[in-house]
Amino acid sequence: MPGKTISEKILSRASRRDAHAGELVICDVDAAMGTDASAPMTLDYFERMGGTRVFDPSRLVFVFDHYAADSSASTLSLQARVRDFAIRQGVALYDCGAGVCHQLMVESGRTRPGALLVGADSHSVTGGALNAFATGIGSSDLAATMICGRIWLRVPETISVVLTGTTRPGVYPKDIALALAGRLGADGASYQTIEFDGSGATSLEVDDRLVLSNMSVEMGAKAGIFRADAKTAAYLASRAVTTPVVSRTGEAFTPVEPDADAVYAREISLDLTQLEPAIAMPHHVDRVVGVGQAVGTPVHMAFIGTCTGGRVCDIHQAAGILLAAGRIAPGVQVVIAPASHQVDTCLRLDGTLDRLASLGATIIPPGCGPCCGTAPPIPADGANVISTANRNFKARMGNATALIYLASPATCAASAVTGRITGPGEFGEVLT
Amino acid sequence: MTIDLEGRAVLLGDDINTDYIISSSRKKDTLDPGVLRHFLFESIDPALAGAIRHGDMLVAGRNFGCGSAMEVAVTAVVAAGIRVVLARSVARTYYRNAINNGLIPVECDTRGIAADARLHLRLDDDGARIMDQTSGRAITGHPLPAIMLQILGEGGLVPYFRKHHDFVAP
Repeated sequence: MPGKTISEKILSRASRRDAHAGELVICDVDAAMGTDASAPMTLDYFERMGGTRVFDPSRLVFVFDHYAADSSASTLSLQARVRDFAIRQGVALYDCGAGVCHQLMVESGRTRPGALLVGADSHSVTGGALNAFATGIGSSDLAATMICGRIWLRVPETISVVLTGTTRPGVYPKDIALALAGRLGADGASYQTIEFDGSGATSLEVDDRLVLSNMSVEMGAKAGIFRADAKTAAYLASRAVTTPVVSRTGEAFTPVEPDADAVYAREISLDLTQLEPAIAMPHHVDRVVGVGQAVGTPVHMAFIGTCTGGRVCDIHQAAGILLAAGRIAPGVQVVIAPASHQVDTCLRLDGTLDRLASLGATIIPPGCGPCCGTAPPIPADGANVISTANRNFKARMGNATALIYLASPATCAASAVTGRITGPGEFGEVLT
Repeated sequence: MTIDLEGRAVLLGDDINTDYIISSSRKKDTLDPGVLRHFLFESIDPALAGAIRHGDMLVAGRNFGCGSAMEVAVTAVVAAGIRVVLARSVARTYYRNAINNGLIPVECDTRGIAADARLHLRLDDDGARIMDQTSGRAITGHPLPAIMLQILGEGGLVPYFRKHHDFVAP
């Protein structure tokens, strides 16, 4: 028999079968997650399915991230219902302001190498950066998993994306992700896993890998997985273990590597040294051009945050440019949304957020709101927004007349300084 | 299981993401699909929700239902009386959510289907076959996995779970 990919190995373990791509398997789920946007519907399905108890409350977590603490009575009522359920069932709950679910799933130690994770949010693929098979599902599938602890999955084929070389100054993981989206297209990895490999993948820090795994769903991928290495181990060692350390099938979680003779649907190589700062033009994530082709477009809002671009290193990159320039262009609103309270705390302790606020940036609580239009700030009519987020669909941020450009934190910051789309190259002196 | 359905084609393009189907911000106020259906496709075609009739079939290009996994993007479509989505490809979370709620996703070559075309779908154990009665063209759909056919045949994931209390190999 041919060798196996990481996905085939994890899903074989979780289904207790010798599974290969294309087969349907019923798997034991190691951890599951729902948000205030998805869990209220999940509870409807749970009750209608006849659910009474969660199969294992220690393997489930709810996160309130889509609706802010100060939103409407209707959203607070949706949250209240989930909060009440969590208390009754003994399920962990992160309330408003704790952070975006995907950041919390990794930061809290809930995402372990070799684990099978499902989350009722499409960007649940983020966990692949830590060598987990992590995938997004809907509310009804989460309800089913809450009842039986299992899910059916089709074992996906895998695209091997081999990253070589290192990026030049001014080119960041977001630029790698956008380059890949431009090359594969918005459905180029549909139903498939992207396995990131090569020396370029090894050289990325865990926070950088999270960007690539997170964006893999923008190419339709079911999962976006890295190998585990010393960086993965160090990242996990620094996390409190808040979740069971044994898989549902009884083994300790261990890193999973692909076999040398694993079979891939496609192999793509990406030379990182050739990449330049990239922009995804409205309204398509895969409409990717070099920043040079968008230079000069007026910018009204720079949004730096989210589960894609809101970690400490991202905001440090943006702050390096903004603080060195010492100004934000008149007419530009800079909005900073740390990915979690922990990120927020780091950036407060080192003074970054205070200095950005002094410069005129608006610091908002951690959460998903602005990225998907579920909480303020909503862009003004006709505004051009440059954003570190993962989606630029029309109306995505809550205003159908706004135009959203996706870029790295550094490009967003450089654009905020000049008031026009600008590559970070013009600010090269602060990039080291 | 044999399902026979007829309907009128409502044409959509490529990469119709779930935010285009129903805006994320709409589900803050209500999850009631009977209300949400009035806002279907509002950010790409505000008049479309009012023009959709019970029994219509959505006919899309590639990657229908990409983006967010939000399930209101299926329940609002079902509430509008739509039972079938034909698309060249359907994003995986939308595909699962559709099956779980009794909406039939058929991946097939939708190029050449005209707006308002009369379509007939037959879905059985042999797969999905579409007859475009307007053009006279027969179209074959990609087969659905057995477990999906079973969930669909039992009326969706709620009745399936009330019966089995677990996922069972088909």
